[in-house]
Amino acid sequence: MRFKHIIGLLCAASISVMLAGHAFAQEKTVKIGAVYPLSGNAASAGVHAKAAIEVAMDIINNPHPEFGNFPLAKNAGLAGLGGAKVEVVFADNQGSPATGQNQALRLITEEKVVALTGSYQSGITLTASAIAEKYGIPFVNGESVAANLTERGFKWFFRVTPVAADFAKIYYEFLKDMKAAGVKTDSVALVHDNTEYGTSVSSVITSVFKDNGQSIALDIAYAVNATDVQSQILQLKEKKPDVVIMIAYASDAILYAKTMQALDYKPPMIIADDSGYSDPSFIKSVGKISQGVLNRSSWSVGPPGSPTALIAEMYKKKSGDEMDDTAGRQMQAFFVLCGAIDRAGSTDPAKIQAALKATDLKPDQLMMGYKGIKFDEKGQNVLASGLVIQLQDGENYVAVWPKANAEKTPVLPYKGW
Amino acid sequence: MSSILVQVIVGGLLLGAVYALFSSGLTLVWGMMNIVNFAHGDFVMLGMYVAFVVWTLFGAGPWAGAPLAALVLATLGVVVYFGLIRDIMKGPMLAQILGTFGLALLLRYSVFWWFGANFLSLPENLVGGTFEVAGLRIQASRLLAGAVALLVTLGLHLLLTRTSLGSKMLAVAEDSTAAQLMGIRPDTMQAIAWAIAAGATGLAGALIATFFYIVPTVGETLGIVAFVTVSLGGFGSVPGALVAGLLIGVIESLSGYLIGPVYKDMVVYSLFLGFLWFRPQGLMGKS
Repeated sequence: MRFKHIIGLLCAASISVMLAGHAFAQEKTVKIGAVYPLSGNAASAGVHAKAAIEVAMDIINNPHPEFGNFPLAKNAGLAGLGGAKVEVVFADNQGSPATGQNQALRLITEEKVVALTGSYQSGITLTASAIAEKYGIPFVNGESVAANLTERGFKWFFRVTPVAADFAKIYYEFLKDMKAAGVKTDSVALVHDNTEYGTSVSSVITSVFKDNGQSIALDIAYAVNATDVQSQILQLKEKKPDVVIMIAYASDAILYAKTMQALDYKPPMIIADDSGYSDPSFIKSVGKISQGVLNRSSWSVGPPGSPTALIAEMYKKKSGDEMDDTAGRQMQAFFVLCGAIDRAGSTDPAKIQAALKATDLKPDQLMMGYKGIKFDEKGQNVLASGLVIQLQDGENYVAVWPKANAEKTPVLPYKGW
Repeated sequence: MSSILVQVIVGGLLLGAVYALFSSGLTLVWGMMNIVNFAHGDFVMLGMYVAFVVWTLFGAGPWAGAPLAALVLATLGVVVYFGLIRDIMKGPMLAQILGTFGLALLLRYSVFWWFGANFLSLPENLVGGTFEVAGLRIQASRLLAGAVALLVTLGLHLLLTRTSLGSKMLAVAEDSTAAQLMGIRPDTMQAIAWAIAAGATGLAGALIATFFYIVPTVGETLGIVAFVTVSLGGFGSVPGALVAGLLIGVIESLSGYLIGPVYKDMVVYSLFLGFLWFRPQGLMGKS
């Protein structure tokens, strides 16, 4: 009996020593939670997001003098915290708002993360960030564009990406320029799914266009992850709009491309609102039958040797795919968050929050083509901006608008296949 | 009738035939042994991946991919029967449901692990592209799937009603103890039923892959339609699945076009529920 007790005590002692040692080793790391759709229908996007974050971690945690003055790259770890390494705990939202919320809760209460990023789908960012708000943990989002995310009076939510209203303005200005160049842009049709993303982006585009005296001729809503989209295409075919704006995730975007070809429907102009149309697997599987589709982006590879080109190279090595706008915006948000932790010099959520509020990054400190990063009182980056790109050869998007940033001139009408 | 409306209806019929095609396996398994196979959608998914692999490795279209998918899935069906179904059938209903559900997740995430999460796709003109008849656009790949759907339905129906193998299978389904007394081995018959059902499902997957995207979770999207088709057609009725598939396809297309795509599922499901209220056994199911 006595011997057993001694053994037991010894075990307990050794476990506590191990735990203490573990805790000691952990002091040098900063734990950040990342909620992404790693399974489910948007898993393709989630897996690419994970690769993007891992590349950013590499840049932050290891010395990368080749990046020049790019923030956080030069030395190993976060200088503000004595070279502490950044550790990311990934969680799978499975494409469901409820799961995303539970995962955020788990990351905060069990993994004790000091900040969160994610969650791709606007509808899931909505629920996951509500938990962060409740627990007073900063949530930095890089890619969700639904307007209401920053209209909730949240104090802990920061959004780096341009939002639907910014893009709606870009689309409007772009169409105005095209019209001036003699392209017919009078009737505009919107096709969007019924998720948070689809409904909010389409309603913002509708109102921005309406404010500028342009009405939307046709608004087609459909249920996400459709098994068939023939009726949508036939409605378009009958109404013959000059411009079709597509707001869809990858699964539906691919089906649209295939069905358009099958039903021989080519609108004079298609503008895609990022997401599905920027997914590398969209370009790989149906890029060749979607030649000439216009899209929005804030990402551009830049000249060889530049930080963006280096990032693109690292990302390609990690994921096997070309860097795209969505992955880039996610990575940018992660850099913003880590930069704030670095400046805060602390893992105290309130100090990180204060540092985020004080963020003031200039274009040369960014990997994305924003005019800078500065948050308003709602947590929205007021300097976010973007450009119009076109899938001219069916393989790579090139910048076509505005003229100052254009690599090529827009080719119209839509070519398709 | 406007030509677009005709196109909507023809499109709906072709879509419906595809629904019927991937539902026949599900209804057969139910008819034979009262088991709802929740892994059905993932069987379709596996068939799609077989077609994709055959195309990537050999550059061959569904002429090679579809029979091979049928063969691979039929083998899997037998393995699943002896490795899982035979045992869980002895357990409570919940074990049966969760057993096939677990199988579904296992298949889905194995494919996810092996192929990754990217959307894949076969070339658009693998089955002769699209042709035009009297102003109607018809996709050859969908037409092929539709034609095979009719053949599979007819074949399964004849097998069950006109052959001794079919009679034996039905005898086991009716009363397996009595069938055993007549010298029929229930195990063999049920394994054959699983092979045929899974084989037909694999065939369906390979054909659907010619006009749909391929992704590990595609079974989720397609599976639900199969369940609705089978319960509308009557659980266990192969011709019922065909009629139900066509009906759902046309109703979906018409309501999507006339009312709006976002409402089409509401229309289909409310009609479906309304119908089941009057006739819970489905169109052609036994009461």
